[in-house]
Amino acid sequence: MPDSVLWAVDLFGRVYTLSTAGQYWELCKDTQLEFKRVSAATQCCWGIACDNQVYVYVCASDVPIRRREEAYENQRWNPVGGFCEKLLPSDRWPWSDVSGLQHRPLDGVALPSLHWEWESDWYVDENFGGEPTEKGGWTYAIDFPATYTRDKKWNSCVRRRRWIRYRRYKSRDSWAKIPSKDDPKQLPDPFNDLSVGGWEITDEPVGRLSVWAVSLQGKVWYREDVSHPNPEGSSWSLMDTPAEAAQISCGPHDLLWVTLWEGQALVREGISRNNPKGSSWSVVEPPTSENGIMHVSVGVAVVWAITKDRKVWFRRGVNSHNPCGTSWIEMVGEMTMVNVGLNDQVWGISCDDRAMYFRQGVTPSELSGKTWKAIVAGRESDRSHSGSSLSLLSAGCFFGDEVRGSGESCAPSDTDASSDAERPGPDQPVPAESLDCPGDPKGSSASGPGTSRTTEHPAEVASPATQTPRPEPRPGPASTPAEVPWTNIDLKEPKKTPSHPVAGLPETTGLSSLEVLPLGLEEPYGADDHPLWAWVSGGGCAVEAHSVLKWFSVQLGLSPSVQTLSLSITPAQTAAWRKQIFQQLTERTKRELENFRHYEQAVEQSVWVKTGTLQWWCNWKPHKWVDVRVALEQFTGHDGARDSILFIYYVVHEEKKYIHVFLNEVTALVPVLNEAKHSFALYTPERTRQRWPVRLAAATEQDMNDWLALLSLSCCESRKVHGRPSPQAIWSITCKGDIFVSEPSPDLEDPAHPLPCDQMFWRQVGGHLRVVEANSRGVVWGIGYDHTAWVYTGGYGGGCFQGLASSSSNIYTQSDVKSVYIYENQRWNPVTGYTSRGLPTDRYMWSDATGLQECTKASTKPPSLQWSWVSDWSIDFSVPGGTDQEGWQYASDFPASYHGYKTMKDFVRRRCWARKCKLVTSGPWLEVAPIALGDVSIIPESPGASGNGHSVALWAVSDKGDVLCRLGVSELNPAGSSWLHVGTDQPFASISIGACYQVWAVARDGSAFYRGSVSPSQPAGDCWYHIPSPPKQRLKQVSVGQTAVYALDENGLGHRQQSPGEPQPEPGNRVSSHGRAAPRTQGAGLGLRHRGWLGSHLHQGQCHQGPQERVPGDSRRAERGAGSPQWARAGGRRPAGVARPHLLLRPPPLTWKREWCPV
Amino acid sequence: MHYPIGLLFDLLASSSALPWNITVHFKSFPEKDLLHCPSKDAIEAHFMSCVKEADALKHKSQVINEMQKKDHKQLWMGLQNDRFDQFWAINRKLMEYPAEENGFRYIPFRIYQTTTERPFIQKLFRPVAADGQLHTLGDLLKEVCPSALAPEDGEKKNQVMIHGIEPMLETPLQWLSEHLSYPDNFLHISIIPQPTD
Repeated sequence: MPDSVLWAVDLFGRVYTLSTAGQYWELCKDTQLEFKRVSAATQCCWGIACDNQVYVYVCASDVPIRRREEAYENQRWNPVGGFCEKLLPSDRWPWSDVSGLQHRPLDGVALPSLHWEWESDWYVDENFGGEPTEKGGWTYAIDFPATYTRDKKWNSCVRRRRWIRYRRYKSRDSWAKIPSKDDPKQLPDPFNDLSVGGWEITDEPVGRLSVWAVSLQGKVWYREDVSHPNPEGSSWSLMDTPAEAAQISCGPHDLLWVTLWEGQALVREGISRNNPKGSSWSVVEPPTSENGIMHVSVGVAVVWAITKDRKVWFRRGVNSHNPCGTSWIEMVGEMTMVNVGLNDQVWGISCDDRAMYFRQGVTPSELSGKTWKAIVAGRESDRSHSGSSLSLLSAGCFFGDEVRGSGESCAPSDTDASSDAERPGPDQPVPAESLDCPGDPKGSSASGPGTSRTTEHPAEVASPATQTPRPEPRPGPASTPAEVPWTNIDLKEPKKTPSHPVAGLPETTGLSSLEVLPLGLEEPYGADDHPLWAWVSGGGCAVEAHSVLKWFSVQLGLSPSVQTLSLSITPAQTAAWRKQIFQQLTERTKRELENFRHYEQAVEQSVWVKTGTLQWWCNWKPHKWVDVRVALEQFTGHDGARDSILFIYYVVHEEKKYIHVFLNEVTALVPVLNEAKHSFALYTPERTRQRWPVRLAAATEQDMNDWLALLSLSCCESRKVHGRPSPQAIWSITCKGDIFVSEPSPDLEDPAHPLPCDQMFWRQVGGHLRVVEANSRGVVWGIGYDHTAWVYTGGYGGGCFQGLASSSSNIYTQSDVKSVYIYENQRWNPVTGYTSRGLPTDRYMWSDATGLQECTKASTKPPSLQWSWVSDWSIDFSVPGGTDQEGWQYASDFPASYHGYKTMKDFVRRRCWARKCKLVTSGPWLEVAPIALGDVSIIPESPGASGNGHSVALWAVSDKGDVLCRLGVSELNPAGSSWLHVGTDQPFASISIGACYQVWAVARDGSAFYRGSVSPSQPAGDCWYHIPSPPKQRLKQVSVGQTAVYALDENGLGHRQQSPGEPQPEPGNRVSSHGRAAPRTQGAGLGLRHRGWLGSHLHQGQCHQGPQERVPGDSRRAERGAGSPQWARAGGRRPAGVARPHLLLRPPPLTWKREWCPV
Repeated sequence: MHYPIGLLFDLLASSSALPWNITVHFKSFPEKDLLHCPSKDAIEAHFMSCVKEADALKHKSQVINEMQKKDHKQLWMGLQNDRFDQFWAINRKLMEYPAEENGFRYIPFRIYQTTTERPFIQKLFRPVAADGQLHTLGDLLKEVCPSALAPEDGEKKNQVMIHGIEPMLETPLQWLSEHLSYPDNFLHISIIPQPTD
């Protein structure tokens, strides 16, 4: 799980973040401003600063936010001057937008705000529908507006070309002011509260957010067009409200609640994908009439509220269909505010001590959680005195040192008054002590103040004291900072309830402690004080049920954790005691065993038997599961080598029989999990040829894992495969996401007798991936179904392999998420329109994609018992062909090609429903956060080339289509350090790097590109060359070898281009201005031995349709060109062409050739 | 009481030359000192009771009670047949603890001394201190057997031996319990006099 952060504001307006992996509050990088509100999403945080302006803080990322500006240059032919800018009076502008209706001269296109910068100058787009135009980008037509073609014809009277320029958002990791001046309606008054949410409503456009704000006059505003590529949004629009709003909260999905000054809550109804602003308001009354709602916070399906008497309330029965819920439940604790974050987790700030609490035990089944637990993480600034915002309190800084020196003597004196008067009130228990009872301050304060604790009191006194001069928003006395941001709730509330302990305190002691106040403010940086919080936002903070947070205990210097989270334990990281134990054990072994090696074994040969009961998929027809007894016999030979035989005893026609399998012949052991059975398949070369593995099923998952681990261990022992896979190992993934690895034997690539691939031994490694990619230096990367990038840690085992079959370290939790799709089908009839009543010949009204299987919402189960549902069914709008607003796709009949709009001829329609399921396993994989990937490629290297000190070239395509180059990848640091973004004109789909730094890529529109001048010293190369695709083919995937490039088109057909290397520099080929260097001829790779299993990538795309029972053992044949391929994708050093004779063809260079490929 | 043989070696013969010569008696069993195990089943029962006692300390017996009969059997068969993987497949579960805690409830340990009449010391001792710090081997000895520790400035008089090695006193007790426990899940610690040579 990637780290995410919790945002909070303390009483002084300083913004802090706390990482889920961290244990310290870190001061926000941009400390220029003080804030009164923050509201976070995963990728950014919105806030209202002390100047009452709205700011957005966009988190830095290796991938820039870039937007394309386009303008079209239009020309008409006239007999005199040929094509020229002189157009007819009825024509469009010579420079226009795509429609031609708007005048758009190049120099008239301006940056939307100060936070953008131009990436480059304007240039002509040479790419037309995936093909280079080669003629300065011009496209021709008979007249405007019309269909444009690439080639000039006799009747081409007009032409146009597209100019492109990119702008880049530059204000990242800093607070960028949202400009308000260019709004159509000037904002009447400053904002009072703001809330960000709505990211789960739709993914279109990417990273779309709903930003809502409330102004001091009680009006509600909505920020238009906020999304990842447009983080600032475009303008504020006013929403009508029936009464004056005080505070607002927007959930990740369709919940939006507003509190009114009168104490009721307003609930927005009708928020949906098509109408993210909602349609109407309804009113919810507060829990008790005397105490109105003061604060509200909503999640996906929860609403938490605070009433004026500080009580915390949970709204029962809230969901999308009933956003108002049914009733209030009172919760324990008194809070000034609560905030609901991701996964409906809840944080609160208590009103007594301003400490922050996390609601523990919030799960989907128990949304109200169990207890409040205090977050006692210290501040990073407590150690390093870098609180720059403190410069305002310059007086304090002056005396700070003196105070710290004599803290113990002076502190008690000025806290006596306050602590005597208000002992139960602001007293804050020492963090490590029991804090589960915020409602019982007396109990916790009874823990007894020690001398170290008294140093806290100045701060306790200080904070309310600084508030007191400013109940009204006017400048306070000179001793306090002039502009103080947090003026409303924090300060008004104490006024309203003067009987409250906190509010009472400043009145009694405020003035008297004013002189020592700055000293007190400085003091927290030396003492182990806790911060005083004003606001918290968990909208970007993903706390998952199984994760362990380090927020709740004080970490003192040395971390007691024995588990090291590093990739490998190097001696420097190992504690002395641990080293000594290993050293002593080694010595003891030497002393007690080595000297007695010559002693004979008392027992020379041991036979060990494990027996059990399993089910076996019987050999004879009708095939069915039959109960069998199995016995694994292990014996140790004289040479110490172990070997094993598996016996399966069965009864047929009342006759006892058995079959046996020598485990040294087993080539793969594959778990075959489906909805009902825990089974696995055992392959030998013979059985692979017969396509009939031994299939066994166990009663429970644990039982199966025990057998699988034991059998796997026995196979590895008999083949003497131990420990982690070698760097040269070949990695592969099954269509189910299981990971297998094979050690290449020396004769694997023997030209005379290559090892038949059905004899390769594959062992399983824990984890779940969709793509794996490896090179010969042991760098292995994978991509999960949810596009998460993973890097191999050097361990082995994990998953179902426990104990000896697994390494003790480097195994981590891994999770993956994928969607299950079903289709709702309807047929039109003249009476009722589209209904769920089809013709008798029709497919099921709820079916899978093919229509052959009935799949209803209720009956569809996750793919296997390993998976569990994590979401509800929702309509998938992102299906190819497009959909209408309700997700329907239309066609004339089943099965047909579907389109997203209704025509007269459409008699059937369907829509796709998706539901996410999640698998949690373990394996030697660590996440490479935060960018999700679609494809990855690592440079293949021969073992001889290692140790040259170069980092390993690794290229990837993000799930959004950005091309990325990883820096700093090496054997010691396989995860690398950072991404380098490589600009492209369009989203990419596939990438591959060959051994000589030839980088090829395929864009989503099917065009192929070559990246020029990539070398160890210039890892990102200089520019893209557009390589014409094979005629009328849209490429989907590409793979580079040393003398050939393979590509796969949309229909699954392979294409091959010989002699990759730098393509001939043609001026028209350069398709973007991302680099300017002149191409050089490289002449790479030719004549070297061909390496690379070039066809391996070609198999992807077929792998999802395989029936549940298929197992990858089948697929060995697929690689040889028969049967149905089951490997999703192979990685690794990819030994040269195992039996691929067609690689001998040699067409002329730089042409695509249709390649036979098993489909 | 029966001691594991490794413990007997540490306790009685750690300084003697290898191989260790032992005398096997076939007559006059010391009935009043040792529990007589008439059959293999009795030994198994004794072993299992030790494992259960240890789990009672570690997990309030929750883990061992959730196991099936065949798991218990596998634990014993693994030990009997010297099949570590078979043994560990089950024993692993006994060595786990909930993620939200930093260790077991109590550490099952026994401290043996050759110098006293008392067979061994066994007390309730938590692996984690109230302030969240992990207890170390030194903390344990200070608490339950301070005589084993050398005085601040004094000469080291005793060796603290587990499995024939002397772990540093800074070693976290939880780690020792997970990794250096005997098959009966107890951490058997022998305190023996420092050899004089």
